[in-house]
Amino acid sequence: MRNDIAYTKEMFEKAPQELRDSEKIKRPSIKYWADVWRRLKQNKLAMTGLVLLIILTIMSIIGTQISGYKYYEQNLKKINMKPNKEYWFGTDELGRDLFSRTWLGTRYSLIIGILAALIDFGIGVLYGGIAGMASPKVDSIMMRIAEVIYSIPYMLVVVLLSVVFSEAGAGTSMFVLILAMTITGWVPMANLVRGQVLQLKESEYSLASESIGASKGWILRKHIMPNTLGPILVNLTLTIPVAIFSEATLGFLGLGLQPPKPSLGTLANDGLAVMPIGLFYQILIPAVLISILMFSFNVLGDGLRDALDPRLRK
Amino acid sequence: MSKYVIKRLAMAIVTLWVIITITFILMHSVPGDPFANENKRIPEAVYQNLLKKYGLDKPYSQQYLMYLKNIARGDFGESMKSNTETVNEMIARGFPVSASLGLQALLIALIFGPALGAIAALYQNKFPDYISMIISIVGVSVPSFVMGTFLIQFVARKVNWIPIGGWGEWRHTLLPSIALAMMPLAQMARLMRSSMLEVIGQDYIKTAKSKGISKSAVILKHAVRNAILPIVSILGTTISNLLVGSFVIEKIFGIPGLGMFFTTSIYNRDYTLIMGITVFYAIILILMLLFVDVAYTLIDPRIRLTEEGR
Repeated sequence: MRNDIAYTKEMFEKAPQELRDSEKIKRPSIKYWADVWRRLKQNKLAMTGLVLLIILTIMSIIGTQISGYKYYEQNLKKINMKPNKEYWFGTDELGRDLFSRTWLGTRYSLIIGILAALIDFGIGVLYGGIAGMASPKVDSIMMRIAEVIYSIPYMLVVVLLSVVFSEAGAGTSMFVLILAMTITGWVPMANLVRGQVLQLKESEYSLASESIGASKGWILRKHIMPNTLGPILVNLTLTIPVAIFSEATLGFLGLGLQPPKPSLGTLANDGLAVMPIGLFYQILIPAVLISILMFSFNVLGDGLRDALDPRLRK
Repeated sequence: MSKYVIKRLAMAIVTLWVIITITFILMHSVPGDPFANENKRIPEAVYQNLLKKYGLDKPYSQQYLMYLKNIARGDFGESMKSNTETVNEMIARGFPVSASLGLQALLIALIFGPALGAIAALYQNKFPDYISMIISIVGVSVPSFVMGTFLIQFVARKVNWIPIGGWGEWRHTLLPSIALAMMPLAQMARLMRSSMLEVIGQDYIKTAKSKGISKSAVILKHAVRNAILPIVSILGTTISNLLVGSFVIEKIFGIPGLGMFFTTSIYNRDYTLIMGITVFYAIILILMLLFVDVAYTLIDPRIRLTEEGR
């Protein structure tokens, strides 16, 4: 259609203000992580886990100061006392206050779990990232090595290292415990990161970025890293309970921290020794705490995974 | 296919060699020698003889080669602390016990885990789903030693015909295998639930339904069969976890299995026994992993087809 109408100023009128505002973005735009947090908040189970974790963390920091007894303080007149007004969690067979010992044990278990998971995370991201970005040949060699390391039964390595680096019956230092756990523990993280990098490297937006001249480093920083962060975070959260579990198992087998330092595993081990004489509370308390810790990290990790998964977005 | 098996077998042998070498290095980097404690009491000549008997007087390289050769022949040497039994005899005595306990636990997990997960998926967000999810969250969160002690306290102490510990009759295996099975059971239930949910949404399920096949046939023949594949893929790790879990369970229930020998050998610093059991465990585990992987490729035709491209 030919357009031969002569336009004059009178033919137009100013749009009213409200019409102009209708297209304005008034509500704050929700960033990715804010959205994740919003959906995580709706997950009651995950929030329960988070709250429990916060409480346990606070207690592990201040809990040793509350009862007024030091964790190594022995009172041989008051051994194996059931929980009472004076000793809230009772005393052990050396008359030590189990309240202080339990929270210190929680502290060590948390520290070991989180440190081991962080080291796994560091090594895994580096190794997996390099393998993913490297040439297929290098990648294949690196992954074969990782495969061999991973098929070494991990608990055997942990036990062996603890045996070698600790005096007979004297327990293990925290450093050795963490080392033993991270030797094979980083491989799943490396596999995850490598898989993600390989997948994202081939994605359309990486290709688009590359086609307009972006460098490899730019693509890695701007496109690959932010997108792998979610799965890595989930994996990190789910690695912590595994590490706490391994530490507890080692402690239970008598390969835990050096006494008198407690961890939840060694406390449970001490508790097992007195269980036949009817002192069930000594194993009950650390056992319940380990279970709560593992439960919290597990549901938090699951919740994070659901919150990060765009397919589950409503 | 056979090419894949051969490749995996080669990898397994390399892994084993790595493990044996690491174990050897670790065990020989322990300061002092295993007879150091008794050194003061025994005469010099006897001490020298002891060293000679275990080959400890030779240079490390020679000891290493000897150890490799012996393992290749299936000989783990003599225990350093027990005078009556060799390491092989101890393994022969302990392993059947551990294996039967582990198998029983695996069976329990394999029967109830996937079933629980499948039911949860079929009744998603309904009552059965919540129940099975509670069971699986508890199962994943409660370590086996906690489960074991709780079972002793609340079941064995209350029910007369269930013993607190020991080994021999069928009754003895009940609680330990339940305690051991809980964690893999829970993991399988969770895995089965999510994989079942994914499968149920697939087009071929719709097709099967629209053809008019009965509901049970759709579930059993089309859904479960496809959803169970991830379970097979984690079987290897499950078996390895069961073996480790049995260390703890055997300690709690006083079961004379390989795990018990292992824990006592750690306490006693019986190095040949520690090495022997470690290498033996490693062989079993690696064989299991190999077996599971090969079985997986046999079960899942999709993998079999793409295998050539790998």
